[in-house]
Amino acid sequence: MTGNATHAIRQHPQFATLVKRRSTLAWTLAALTLGTYYLYMLVVALAPDTLHQALHSGGVLSVGVPVGAAIIVFTWALTGYYVYRANTEFDRLTATILQESQP
Amino acid sequence: MMRTLATLLALSASPLALAGPAMAGAVEKQPLNVAAIGMFMVFVVLTLGITYWASRRTRSASDFYTAGGGITGFQNGLAIAGDYMSAATLLGLSSMVFAKGYDGFIYTVGFFVGWPIITFLMAERLRNLGRFTFADIASYRLDQTKIRTFAAFGSLTVVSFYLIVQMVGAGQLIQLLFGLDYPVAVVVVGVVMMAYVIFGGMIATTWVQIIKAVLLLAGGTTLAFMAMSRFGFSYETLAREAITVHKDGLGMMGPGSMLADPVNVASMSLGLVFGIAGLPHILMRFFTVPNAKEARKSVFYATGFIGFFFLVVCTLGFAAVVIIGKDPQYFVNGELGGKLVGGGNMVAMHLAKAVGGNLFLGFLSAVAFATILAVVAGLALAGASAISHDLYATVIKKGKADEKSELKVSRIAAVAIGVLAIVLGILFEKQNVAFLVGLTFGVAASTNFPILILSMYWKDLTTRGALLGGFSGLISAVTLVILSKAVWVTVLGNETAIFPYEHPALFSMPLAFAVSIVVSLLDRSAAAATERARFDDQFVRAQTGHGAAGAHKH
Repeated sequence: MTGNATHAIRQHPQFATLVKRRSTLAWTLAALTLGTYYLYMLVVALAPDTLHQALHSGGVLSVGVPVGAAIIVFTWALTGYYVYRANTEFDRLTATILQESQP
Repeated sequence: MMRTLATLLALSASPLALAGPAMAGAVEKQPLNVAAIGMFMVFVVLTLGITYWASRRTRSASDFYTAGGGITGFQNGLAIAGDYMSAATLLGLSSMVFAKGYDGFIYTVGFFVGWPIITFLMAERLRNLGRFTFADIASYRLDQTKIRTFAAFGSLTVVSFYLIVQMVGAGQLIQLLFGLDYPVAVVVVGVVMMAYVIFGGMIATTWVQIIKAVLLLAGGTTLAFMAMSRFGFSYETLAREAITVHKDGLGMMGPGSMLADPVNVASMSLGLVFGIAGLPHILMRFFTVPNAKEARKSVFYATGFIGFFFLVVCTLGFAAVVIIGKDPQYFVNGELGGKLVGGGNMVAMHLAKAVGGNLFLGFLSAVAFATILAVVAGLALAGASAISHDLYATVIKKGKADEKSELKVSRIAAVAIGVLAIVLGILFEKQNVAFLVGLTFGVAASTNFPILILSMYWKDLTTRGALLGGFSGLISAVTLVILSKAVWVTVLGNETAIFPYEHPALFSMPLAFAVSIVVSLLDRSAAAATERARFDDQFVRAQTGHGAAGAHKH
């Protein structure tokens, strides 16, 4: 890697955009994942009865079962969204920057 | 009963459920299981065939360490999932749901959430910056000799602790499932593992992991399908029957007593989530794909497989409450609700027998054993890479080692690690290895992870900061584990533990971060200035992959 090419990439007007968009998305999704999980843990610790209620009136299967499963599915869907954005939008942007920064 | 409970408690309060089968205290040798041994032999023969194929494609160092970067995102996703879905996940988590109902499910969710975080914050940077080992990244702009030596030391520490856990687990599991002797099991695991690594390198290790992941997913799903067919595939029907059988009655359907100590739970979940991101055998999988795009895809697939598998495993535990809980043949002396035959972790195995007969039990036993084999192969390869690439080629030879001698050193290292694993596995047979799991995850989360994440994200990190931070994480994690119940009371025989929690991460990880940050900020040396200046280059490469190691053409 030459220092010049690196410098050119850094100076490319789109580089700052790429960095900003990617880090905004990554940190937002990370916060959303941890937020969901710790909210769940707070409910478990402080209001366990919420999760213990029956899912259907007269039933015994609790609300907590689909809620737990939903957390797994939801956070996985977030990874899917991140990968989709990164593999299309961010990679396109990266390719443009790399190409236009060629000496 | 008490012993089963103790085992389950040990399991539920530690990441042991993922790390290695916790058979402590409840191991009984079972009659010889011919079907299981036969199916396991088929697995070994097949994977050794793959190893032979892989050996002819393993020519360069890159082939050996990272399969030449030629693994696709989907394949790597299965391999990563395979590393995380251990035999103990199947056995431990299903047993936890069986014994504790919904509480077991809460833990399962906690075991999962680290993966999305790795996707968002680490996957592509790891791929863009690393080549063969995670020390490549940690030492990217810091002092090669010092940081590499320290990172290699961190890797080897984690690898050795974890290998002991797996070897002891393998020996105990095989006694239970196959009816073979403990030393036989340990030697078989050690020898086959060495064959995979020495001859087939990363190509063989990855394919062994992929095959095993597919078998485990297929086996678990089939079992869940057969079990749920007894309830007309209705969780409501299952729940109605379960609450009449389970000792907690309707209480099993909601959060119970398991979270009485939130500090302990927080410390465990921190260690688990960030420990994963510091395990060298998991990190090296990110270098086996050709580029950042495939690295991202691989965590997406891995996260999906792991999530699916966890839901399947919880279903198994839930269904077993009814199917096993009502059948006296699975309880010692036929006492319902008493001690389970073969120990508290055998729930999934009993369920396999109950709904699929002896042949299915044999299949699942073989898969469980294959799982351990695949994980130890990954560990041995990670250890060998740390010795040959980090210590030999970079530190001792200053990057001037020729590829041939580097490969030779890595193979010698793999033999040494294999022999060591066998010897330690036999020495630790009668020991309670629970504390080693705490150590593995504690050290990974408090030593490897902070250095890795700071070096990737924080410009001001200096060599001095990383070293002192890493050492304080290492020393505090080890000290706290020694002062905790698992060592202070169980191993050393003292009355009460000085450190009241089981996992050190909540304390040792922030300490490592704090020391790294403070020392780096106070570091005014000329070297520190150069290291900070080099961050720009690293940042561009992390973001764009410019200059990243490419895929090797075969």
